[in-house]
Amino acid sequence: MRIAVVQFPGSNCDRDTVHVLSNVLGLDARLIWHRDFEDDSFDAAVLPGGFSFGDHLRAGAIAAHSVAMRTIRKMADQRKPILGICNGFQILIEAGLLPGALLRNSCLRFVCKWTTLQVENPDTPFTCALEKNSKVRMPIAHNEGRFFADAKSLNSLRDSGQIIMRYSNENPTGTTEEIVSVSNWNRNVVGMMPHPERASSPLLGGDDGLKVFKSMMEWTP
Amino acid sequence: MISNALQTTLTAEEMQYARNLLGREPTHLEWAMIDAEWSEHCSYKSSKPIISQLPSTGSRVVLGPGYDSGVIDIGNDYVLTLHIESHNHPSAIDPYGGAATGIGGVVRDILCMGTTPIGFLDSLRFGDIKSSDHSKWLLKNVIRGIADYGNCIGVPTIAGEIEFDECFERNCLVDVVCIGVGRKDELLLAEATNAGDSIYLIGGTTGRDGIHGATFASRTLAADADRERSAVQIPDPFTKKLIIEATLEANRRGLLRGCKDLGGGGLSTGLSEIADKGHTGIDVFLDLIPVREPDMTSTEVMISESQERMLLVAKKGCESALRTIMDQYGVSYARIGEVTSTETIKIKRADETLAALPTQFLANAPIINRKANPPTSPRSFGSIPPPDTRKTILELLASPTIASKEWVYSQYDHEVGIRTIGKPGAADAAILALPNGKFAAVKVDGNSKVCHLDPYIGAASVLAECCRNVTAVGAEPAAFLDHCQFGDPNDPDIFGAFSLTVKGLADFAKTINVPCVGGKVSFYNEDAITNRAIKSTPVITVLGLIEKTEHITTMSFKQQGESIIAVGSTKAEFSGSEYFNLLHLDGGHPPQLHFDLEVRTQRTILELIRKGAVKACHDCSNGGLAVALSEMAIKGEIGAEIDLRHLSSSSRDDELLFSESNSRFILTTETPRAVLQHLTDNHIPGVELGKVTGHELNLVLPNHTIRLDLEVLQDAYCTSLGRILEPWQK
Repeated sequence: MRIAVVQFPGSNCDRDTVHVLSNVLGLDARLIWHRDFEDDSFDAAVLPGGFSFGDHLRAGAIAAHSVAMRTIRKMADQRKPILGICNGFQILIEAGLLPGALLRNSCLRFVCKWTTLQVENPDTPFTCALEKNSKVRMPIAHNEGRFFADAKSLNSLRDSGQIIMRYSNENPTGTTEEIVSVSNWNRNVVGMMPHPERASSPLLGGDDGLKVFKSMMEWTP
Repeated sequence: MISNALQTTLTAEEMQYARNLLGREPTHLEWAMIDAEWSEHCSYKSSKPIISQLPSTGSRVVLGPGYDSGVIDIGNDYVLTLHIESHNHPSAIDPYGGAATGIGGVVRDILCMGTTPIGFLDSLRFGDIKSSDHSKWLLKNVIRGIADYGNCIGVPTIAGEIEFDECFERNCLVDVVCIGVGRKDELLLAEATNAGDSIYLIGGTTGRDGIHGATFASRTLAADADRERSAVQIPDPFTKKLIIEATLEANRRGLLRGCKDLGGGGLSTGLSEIADKGHTGIDVFLDLIPVREPDMTSTEVMISESQERMLLVAKKGCESALRTIMDQYGVSYARIGEVTSTETIKIKRADETLAALPTQFLANAPIINRKANPPTSPRSFGSIPPPDTRKTILELLASPTIASKEWVYSQYDHEVGIRTIGKPGAADAAILALPNGKFAAVKVDGNSKVCHLDPYIGAASVLAECCRNVTAVGAEPAAFLDHCQFGDPNDPDIFGAFSLTVKGLADFAKTINVPCVGGKVSFYNEDAITNRAIKSTPVITVLGLIEKTEHITTMSFKQQGESIIAVGSTKAEFSGSEYFNLLHLDGGHPPQLHFDLEVRTQRTILELIRKGAVKACHDCSNGGLAVALSEMAIKGEIGAEIDLRHLSSSSRDDELLFSESNSRFILTTETPRAVLQHLTDNHIPGVELGKVTGHELNLVLPNHTIRLDLEVLQDAYCTSLGRILEPWQK
């Protein structure tokens, strides 16, 4: 499986993600500079965490207009798995590939901590190796992770199974209905605030995050 | 203290010395360059003769003091680099910008060695945040400054400490440490050794921010220090992130001869130092330096401390490859000079030479031998009121210096890089996974209260405790950094305390055989509002190495039934303790430190850990046994039954609970008899105190028994800081 990990100026989790995909899971993951990302023949793409373009203007706002997003859009249309982690999630929302908005955490602070999540929808390329309602532990680290959508949109997200994960028994960022991960209508594009690549070995505090990537390997649309 | 019309801090003697050596009157620009380079901040002119007594060699030391970072060989062709910086004065007037640019500065010291920054530690000191809104404001903004900068450049902040004391009310101390990792054969030095190489200035433009920053740091804070905001630089972490990526790539491709961080003293200092180390000269073309404002004078350009700039020495012929990399990352660059064999720094504008100073002259300030008074003997602390031990335990756990710092470190991305094995708060030191399969353990520590009472024992105790912390996680201490922070060195009492501090560090370092690989001295930490100098504050960073995964040890109680063993002797030693701080008692002699016993104890603990006999280990220090045991229970979420009557023959509850005697650990084990035997064989006191069990901490004392629910302990310890800083949050 060939996976593109797109590197924007200011990406921070790009190498961590490539390391986990290639060295832990044995996949063919390539780090690709955003301006050079024109090849849509990859099987999947990951937009890693970080502070693309310094989060200037708004988190993810400038990266959403990078040429790389043209290729991401093409791959999304081809129903290929696209995962946005943290800043990657923010970019996908800014690019209009995912619904809703990500606002500043209600505590008005950056929050870095391990959290427990509940899987809401296992029918996506990033959760199919997990059971519905199962609990997984992964860390979060962000300033703008409070998911927001109006009541009507929330209803429609619920009805169409686009809410993929929620916090379980906690809500450190004040996010709407504990939502930490959503997908597009087709469920091939998923954004999540927690960092699966950081939950990739028992020494780091847990390896539940590997199941997110393993889902991608097992996925048959 | 601006001493003359040229706005220099040079003394009349220093100015005469400069004239004599040069054989002429320096130009205005030359005076400014001399002033910056000969400032205390850049030249260490007062401290050099003293700090030279620190041991700085060892089998693992690749480079010691005198470089931008210390370099340690960790085997398998890898090195670790480490450095400490402070940004005290800037943070005192602009806490957000000051702290952020402190982080930005120390990361350049790691980067310019050609190594990748992999972790920050912060060591902060403020006034009493319970009573002072000013200190609260400083703390919140310092932390936000560190968080915003460190998080944005993708380097985790993995450990730290905060001390609160009234003496820091107007002079907060903001110290940041950076750790880097790299390949030994890719190490870069801040040296311009080859004539014909090009000097590139990369990153941000040169502006009027940070003018006189080095001299600003080399005098006490004035009452109207707010007006010196122009001496504080402006942070831009996004540009720094691009500089990091571009510089590391240029180095990997072998394009660079050397690299230099532009910090205190700006271009003037950076250029003279790389030329001095390389025994060369540099011709600088002033017109080629990109400036932020068109009307900047030559002096402003040369001494500006604008952030996010690096000097790269590009090998002759590699210029175009370097430019390609800079273009890819969008990093601005300019070829501003050329290395020459003249051993002179020449600053040229058009055809005119504005300054021509011999490299060696500029880079080596005349040493000042300052007067040092012997210490006065400490006054008595008076009498200790009868203790309410249960209440005291909870108050200690909730005191800002001891309480959980989760409110702070949750604002730092401490996970990025996926190397952080030992998370903040989990163990006595942070633990980072290294590319060669080993682990680095790092800890930064200080204790102004103890150092204030006795600078010699105080400094040695801080170094000892820091080594103890690193040992407790299963690491062997490999190197340390010192950072001595004091008031005005013209005061013989202060310079005397500084001299004894360094002697204390040197003597203990020699006994434990851990070399000093770098450090910093920061004087003039006093201000014209309170007219007070800070207490002596040496801040120490110890780096240790853990050989195997199995040796990693944290402080939490692991399982019901483990035996709890106290290692070391507990005596009636309270001076400088958190217990005394709570009671507002000041004075007396700090806890003794028997160097040999301390070293023997640490080595024995490490042996026990390596044998696999230790399940949890915690250094016993601030707040004494009561706090150490509470922390182990809180982190493990298991209680314990403990009988402290076994500990010593003392009948005083407060002595057993709150004494801060040195050389003590608490560990848990499944094999108590073997552990106690090993301690006895090494002539180290050890006592089994009880067992890990239940959901409360049950402490049997000579005079009564205390039962503390885990929830009560957690509430005191975990929520206190948040309640003080954000009383409106739940």
